[in-house]
Amino acid sequence: MEQQTDTLGKKVGMWLFLYTEVMLFGGLFVIYANYYHRYTEEFIDGGKTLSLFMGTFNTALLLTSSFTVAASIIALRRGTRKVAMTFLGAAILMGLAFLVNKYFEWGDKFAHGIYPGSPELADGPQGLTIFYGLYYTITGLHGLHVVIGLVLLTVCSILIWRGRIHQGKDIVLENSGLYWHLVDLIWIFIFPLFYLIL
Amino acid sequence: MAESHHHHIQPYTHVVAVLVGLLALTGVTVAVSRIELGALNIWIAILIASVKSSLVLLFFMHLKYESRFIRITFLVTIFTLAVLIGFLFWDISFR
Repeated sequence: MEQQTDTLGKKVGMWLFLYTEVMLFGGLFVIYANYYHRYTEEFIDGGKTLSLFMGTFNTALLLTSSFTVAASIIALRRGTRKVAMTFLGAAILMGLAFLVNKYFEWGDKFAHGIYPGSPELADGPQGLTIFYGLYYTITGLHGLHVVIGLVLLTVCSILIWRGRIHQGKDIVLENSGLYWHLVDLIWIFIFPLFYLIL
Repeated sequence: MAESHHHHIQPYTHVVAVLVGLLALTGVTVAVSRIELGALNIWIAILIASVKSSLVLLFFMHLKYESRFIRITFLVTIFTLAVLIGFLFWDISFR
């Protein structure tokens, strides 16, 4: 008996999961907002220690990778499989570059004695400790999501190559794309909150 | 197969235009952040971020062309988040 695929159901399922992710990061942003209200000066001081160039470059990376993922779906639906895989490959490379940048950013902070539980932070103002705590928690959790997204996109590349995802059956790619766009969405808000406060 | 509507294929030009818009808005938000506007800075930054995320949602995530169920449940989520944020701020402000 031929099995019916419930594409809409699978897509709805993914969106419902994305809503839980929105609440997860939304909750973290609420914590940030409330501590910003209480320790505004220290948050501004903390923000100044972050590299605006890195933040902006990372933003451009994720935005462009979202574009290439969207383009890969268009390519697949048009029957141009190799183009789709090229776009996906580009997205994965950009995601990896994002993680490499994150590694350098965090590494630089560690080298200056800024990490959860460090004596330098303990000696400094409370608000600054909270700022960096939020920085590591939020960008760390986001980074974890980047890793998960990259795994998903890599799996999709393999499935396209093997013909398991194709022009007539691309819900796995579409759902993986949705997850990747969410990762981009979250960063769109992380960026101003940490890098653009004067 | 009655799946034709969800296989909507956007033209490449749409997604390219969205990317250009997103990168432009990123430039704007960085530029504005360098100007001292006091309390207004963070609100402008959040406003621009909201516009950027709307573009990603509507076009990259296809929300503009999705079913009513998905669009409505998405709005419900945003509303729930707004209540969470709003009520917490309301509480914090009067402590």
